[in-house]
Amino acid sequence: MKPRILLQDKQFEITILRLCHQLIEVHGDFNDSVIIGLQPRGVLLAKRIQQVLQKILKNKKVHCGELDITFFRDDFRKRELIPNSTNIDFIIEDKNVVLVDDVLFSGRTIRAGLDAMLAFGRPSDVELLVLVDRRFQRHVPIQAKYAGITIDSIEQQNVKVDWKEIDGKDKVTLIDK
Amino acid sequence: MSHLSVNHLLGIKDLSKADIELILNTASNFKEVINRPIKKVPSLRDITVANLFFENSTRTRLSFELAQKRLSADIINFSASNSSVKKGETLVDTVNNILAMKVDMIVMRHSSPGAAIFLSKKINAKIVNAGDGAHEHPTQALLDAFSMQEKLGDLKGKKIVIVGDILHSRVALSNIFCLQKLGAKVKVCGPQTLIPKYITSLGVEVESDLKKALEWCDVANMLRIQLERQDIKYFPSLREYTMMYGLNKEILDKLSKKIIVMHPGPINRGVEITSDVADSKQSIILEQVENGVAVRMAVMYLLAGRQAD
Repeated sequence: MKPRILLQDKQFEITILRLCHQLIEVHGDFNDSVIIGLQPRGVLLAKRIQQVLQKILKNKKVHCGELDITFFRDDFRKRELIPNSTNIDFIIEDKNVVLVDDVLFSGRTIRAGLDAMLAFGRPSDVELLVLVDRRFQRHVPIQAKYAGITIDSIEQQNVKVDWKEIDGKDKVTLIDK
Repeated sequence: MSHLSVNHLLGIKDLSKADIELILNTASNFKEVINRPIKKVPSLRDITVANLFFENSTRTRLSFELAQKRLSADIINFSASNSSVKKGETLVDTVNNILAMKVDMIVMRHSSPGAAIFLSKKINAKIVNAGDGAHEHPTQALLDAFSMQEKLGDLKGKKIVIVGDILHSRVALSNIFCLQKLGAKVKVCGPQTLIPKYITSLGVEVESDLKKALEWCDVANMLRIQLERQDIKYFPSLREYTMMYGLNKEILDKLSKKIIVMHPGPINRGVEITSDVADSKQSIILEQVENGVAVRMAVMYLLAGRQAD
């Protein structure tokens, strides 16, 4: 099957803007809330959301961290071993944390992310935000509170999210493996 | 590259430049981990490691043990002084008995050069050489390179002098291999009797004047005189050695640039290095110890990850 484009250009922008407004509805001015993007590709979404939020909130600082989960994966020895950097320069103790990743599929990455996050304190509340929710594909009982788009896909397909910053264009594509 | 090209860490000689870079990059991630409030990750929770120390060690053993604990591995410790080795058991028998208890990885220090290589041919477990006689001490060289990189960035073209008892030093040999693979230039400096005869065949220059060597280098790695390995007298007296090859503050301050001073420990204060130098801002001796844990975590993590092949 030909690759199918799920989101691009204006639609992509509007989706991110909607997610930001949904976040503001719950978290207000982000005084007690922080964003943590999961390495490698969730970080790009987290940074984009941080930028848009700061714009809407009139340049109020919104904390955004990067979390690598390589050492916490449950499929060690079956996958790539190379870790990315973790960069969380704020305290998450008693904060509301919004975990951010680009695609939610089996849920295993998020499970590892929850473990990895505990090394930085005990948050009062954790929510999950993803750009693409591939529903009915979960291996663990994890659901996103905020989803850009929800799609039906099969295991033999891949969802690829491209970012302006590194790929030149904002785009979400469904590809056959 | 995402995997090491080797199954064991027996020496730096077997590693490629890409292997070394992979280990050092992974170590920088682990350094971030060990500076967190909670310093532990679950990566090796299904791995059992045996630490076999047939020779004395403080730093290396504690560092390996801590690295294993930070990775959540299960560990058993063994030292030759209170074991059946004294009753005449051979190395292979001792290790096979330990492996029968389902151990996945062996960290071994031994006084015989080549002990780790020998073992790797006889048994089926990952082996990390924690020093074999005067042959190699790969994790020390890796942590030295890591510490230098932290201070100097890319080591290509950087100048490093190794001073002291090169003849009996496994640290020197591993350092030479490692630094050369990373593109650095290496000189050795010490009394002629403590410089191996064929060292120049490794592409290393020999300098007998300490001041000239220090003026040339960016980093000076000061080694201990290994009296326990010296069967004959290699120099007239320790006092004379200190006068010729000891590093003191006066020499250091007279140099035209600020060099970095390293020492793999244990230090003999007042012999190869004076206290004011060891404790000075130019010395990164304690950073080396900190980095040792991160580098050893990286080595064991990457070796354990190779089981997929």
